[in-house]
Amino acid sequence: MSNGPVLVQGGSLALKPGYADHAADALRDLRQRGDAVDFAVEHHHDVASTIQLGFWIYLMSDCLLFAGLFATYAVVQGHTAGGPAGSQLFDLPSVLIETMFLLFSSFTCGLATLAMNANRARATVGWFAVTFLLGLGFISMEVREFAHMVAIGAGPARSSFLSGFFTLVATHGLHVTCGLIFMAVMMVAVLRKGLTEQNRARLNCLSLFWHFLDIIWVGVFSLVYLFGVMH
Amino acid sequence: MTRNLWSRFSRFLPLPATVLLSGCHAALLDPKGPIGAAERSIILTSTGLMLLIVIPVIVLVLVVAWRYRASNTKAKYEPEWSHSNKIEAVMWSVPIIIVGILGVIAWRTSHQLDPFRPIASTVKPVHIDAVALDWKWLFIYPDQHVASVNEVALPVGVPVVFHITSATVMNSFFIPRLGSQIYAMANMQTADNLVASAPGTYRGISANFSGDGFSGMTFKAVAMSAADYKQWLAKAAASKQSLDGTAYLALDKPSENVPVAFYSHVTPGLFEQIVQGKFAPGSMQADMAMNSARRD
Amino acid sequence: MFGKLTLSAIPFNVPIVMGAVAFMVLGAIAVLALITYLGKWKWLWTEWLTSVDHKKIGVMYLILATIMLLRGFADAVMMRSQQALAYGSNVGYLPPEHFDQVFSAHGTIMIFFMAMPFIIGLMNCILPLQIGARDVAFPMLNNLSFWLTAAGAVLVNVSLAIGNFSRTGWLAYPPLSELHYSPGVGVDYYIWALQISGIGTTLSGVNFITTILKMRAPGMTLMRMPVFTWASLCANILIVAAFPVLTVTLALLTMDRYLGMHFFTNSLGGDPMMYLNLIWIWGHPEVYILMLPLFGVYSEIVPTFSGKPLFGYASMVYATMAIALLSMLVWLHHFFTMGSGADVNAFFGITTMIIAVPTGVKIFNWIFTMYRGRVRFETPMLWTIGFLITFTIGGMSGVLLAEPPADFVLHNSLFLVAHFHNVIIGGVVFGVFAALAYWFPKIFGFRLNERIGRWAFWCWFIGFYVAFMPLYALGLMGATRRMDHYDVAAWHPLFIVAAIGSGIIFCGIILQLVQLVVSIRDRELTRDVTGDVWNGRTLEWSLPSPVPAYNFARIPVVRSLDAFWDMKQRGVNLKSATFVPIHMPRNSGTGIIMAGFAFLVAFAMVWHIWWLAVAGLAGVLVTLIRHAFNDDRDYHLGADEVRRIEGLHGRVQARSM
Repeated sequence: MSNGPVLVQGGSLALKPGYADHAADALRDLRQRGDAVDFAVEHHHDVASTIQLGFWIYLMSDCLLFAGLFATYAVVQGHTAGGPAGSQLFDLPSVLIETMFLLFSSFTCGLATLAMNANRARATVGWFAVTFLLGLGFISMEVREFAHMVAIGAGPARSSFLSGFFTLVATHGLHVTCGLIFMAVMMVAVLRKGLTEQNRARLNCLSLFWHFLDIIWVGVFSLVYLFGVMH
Repeated sequence: MTRNLWSRFSRFLPLPATVLLSGCHAALLDPKGPIGAAERSIILTSTGLMLLIVIPVIVLVLVVAWRYRASNTKAKYEPEWSHSNKIEAVMWSVPIIIVGILGVIAWRTSHQLDPFRPIASTVKPVHIDAVALDWKWLFIYPDQHVASVNEVALPVGVPVVFHITSATVMNSFFIPRLGSQIYAMANMQTADNLVASAPGTYRGISANFSGDGFSGMTFKAVAMSAADYKQWLAKAAASKQSLDGTAYLALDKPSENVPVAFYSHVTPGLFEQIVQGKFAPGSMQADMAMNSARRD
Repeated sequence: MFGKLTLSAIPFNVPIVMGAVAFMVLGAIAVLALITYLGKWKWLWTEWLTSVDHKKIGVMYLILATIMLLRGFADAVMMRSQQALAYGSNVGYLPPEHFDQVFSAHGTIMIFFMAMPFIIGLMNCILPLQIGARDVAFPMLNNLSFWLTAAGAVLVNVSLAIGNFSRTGWLAYPPLSELHYSPGVGVDYYIWALQISGIGTTLSGVNFITTILKMRAPGMTLMRMPVFTWASLCANILIVAAFPVLTVTLALLTMDRYLGMHFFTNSLGGDPMMYLNLIWIWGHPEVYILMLPLFGVYSEIVPTFSGKPLFGYASMVYATMAIALLSMLVWLHHFFTMGSGADVNAFFGITTMIIAVPTGVKIFNWIFTMYRGRVRFETPMLWTIGFLITFTIGGMSGVLLAEPPADFVLHNSLFLVAHFHNVIIGGVVFGVFAALAYWFPKIFGFRLNERIGRWAFWCWFIGFYVAFMPLYALGLMGATRRMDHYDVAAWHPLFIVAAIGSGIIFCGIILQLVQLVVSIRDRELTRDVTGDVWNGRTLEWSLPSPVPAYNFARIPVVRSLDAFWDMKQRGVNLKSATFVPIHMPRNSGTGIIMAGFAFLVAFAMVWHIWWLAVAGLAGVLVTLIRHAFNDDRDYHLGADEVRRIEGLHGRVQARSM
């Protein structure tokens, strides 16, 4: 038992030096006994790619949630019940600025990812900070739009159409808000711990989420605002 | 322990059959109109077709399980056999054929028996408007300007076009012995084309749960001769109660197990107004009617 | 301060409800007292409540489902006895406002808090073992999913004591479920209970799909996966596809009720028909989410107990996928009577019937698996045969209901009620019991008592037919569902027979509880020392029972379908000589704490206690962020410890070198 197993203490994700010896030892044993065709010592799963796949699946389910809201909006958009229609309410230039905020934030989010891949922690945080401000600008413009509509008597309870409008747009807004919280947390995490493997995996998820919200917004902008103004 | 399995099964197999057979006096299997009769024949034909496969399957389950029981060492045992193209072909094609036939039936009968489709007849149809209220049915005869609650009269052999709406939650208008039900929904008008082929009093129900008074929300559908029908209309026309907006709003208030009532002088267009939601809570009509009621 | 909540919300004046509440509260106090007496709080917290071990989470799901089965069945007994009594001048003992809550709670509980926890519990217990994984992809998320489901279940039960439950049926059709017609808190309880448990279910779906796609042992290609894993994969894809729609639907109803919006109201453009479409776009896939994993269970049991591989594995896989796909295309058959027009009705009728084809193929697959086998009639197989017979009948009535004109007279009738109980009891419930009998030794390390299990089976089997065949007949007699009272003499005897049937099922349930107690008492006699009690075929049987926390000391390399059978055929040695440290996730209280806050949010929303809702939401967020900054979330189980545990099961071989 000269090279028998040595107890490896619990610890971080990083493998203790002794582990490699164990694995090699166990593998040699498997081979010697002819078991290597039947057993592996360890099945290495790429943690980051597992997280990424899980997040993709979550995004697909979120996408279906928006699909449900879009479908609902499509049904109710004509049900104005004597109240104002989209064409009377939507201020396209203002929405366009809002859209630019979000599109540009997606761009800066991309720059943050590039910085992360270049291993530049401070630049990563910096670009995310810009993204955060742009996102905040988007949200505040949206809140202003909502407040204005409620003030002129076009609140969500006025008609089925307005219920659909507020719910769809606000659900997107709520997602953006969650994204902002996520972003704030990640900025602190990167500042405190740097670009660790775990932080990278999470930042990848965050950027996926942010781009996803951008795509949803393109749908909102065209189907709700453009289409609404045209009618 | 497994030996008397078959006898155990066989003992209980007749049970479902017995219980089902007691349904032979059932409303749906003893329809009183051609729509219901067509629907019965679809039920029976489809069931028959499916039994062609269901009975052999159940028998096969029992026979195979019993034949290849572990204690029966005489039976052939092929521990690796798990594939046969022939069997797979049969087991995909048999259900496909049966479902194919049923699909054709479904397509054709869905169109023939669409509740909105007028019944072909040489006789001029009768129009009746039905309104689901909490928790009773209001029937308006728009051409005769009479109305009734929880009782509807139909002349035998004459197609009836029901226009149906709801002044409350979703209900379903259903006279089981005559056939097809259809939902009654607020702000909307559905239609049900029915005809009675024999005189009699048939149970009418709401077939969609509508709240506390649901169980008592039944009505009598009385199929009668042309002469009796005329008399029935006259009886309704002689009623002292008339049905205008105010009277309707009084009726609209929730009530349970409501007795039969008749109304004369129904305001023309009342049903259309109900469909358009003119009496819905908070609407102008409802407020005006309530105000006038208070003034009276 | 407390929103709408006052002391009058507790129904002190209703003896039946207070009796049930007292029973529940006393039961809870007894359990808590027992734990305190035994000094087991710390153990409970560290070993179970905060566990991220999929097997323990699975067991907690099974316990939750069992408790909710009892609660849901109590509702069923109340309905059956009310309808057996309430004919003519007798109004029975349940006034409409109670009866309506009872049937709403029965449906809600049985689907969301009995059937779903059972199938997700089974997946948790078995699925990672079948694919040779050491855990699921996201262990902490798994714990959170469970506690969200449990929080929903608790909320439903709280409604019994504080306030009342929904009176609008298990799907809460508007406009009845709108504020105007249901002003109380009942519908709000329903909405929030489903919403939080639904989020848990969605997360489970994400977790299992990732697990199956990413964590399979080397060599296990998709077409070498056990059928239970395949069926679970399909079911989880359906979960991820369908549950967001439920979330949306309930959210829209919430908007109507809380913010005065008009999605499904009768006024200002609202459209209740939209709700029916949305809820069934979720609802029909949901029934297959329940059914598919159990098709998988039967596909494991029949080969094992026939001593043969599954007949037509590929057919079975394709049939499962076909059913999953088709299940998304049939929702409208739940409301043919809404007047969608003949073309639409016919289309959805035919797509529904097409599902019968792959389902029929499955039945034939199971029959031909038994063919030329050596069939052992132990309880799992007994349930399976009961299923094959019962489900075939239920399938037949289902196809009949898919003919739109037949549905025009059978819709919403007791015939329909009989149909879906025929497939859900005959398919899902029998399947769950088969699965429990089959995998119980794997999960707990000893077998269930066979004799009492048989009695329980016969009570359920016979009880089912006595309880539900009369409902088929009643449906044909024009009896509709959800009546608290009726006045047709011919129906009365059949309702009495149905009530007797529910009594027979009750005996079955009692026997199952007795079986559990007796089995625990006799556990030393039936201990599973080999890990392979049934001569199994899939990888979970290659492990000792109960399975150690890390599942596989060595990861098996899969070379064929029925991987473990193949290993046994080739005489592979399961004993290992060398062990390596195993990377393990650390237990975490995050799941239970977050779900606790989610429960507070839900309860506060039901009673309009806004400050509490905000506080609860903040609690959820803070817990999540704290978890994000926690780095102590895994450790290595030492090689010596692994050797010691494997040694307990006789899986250690002396080193030859």
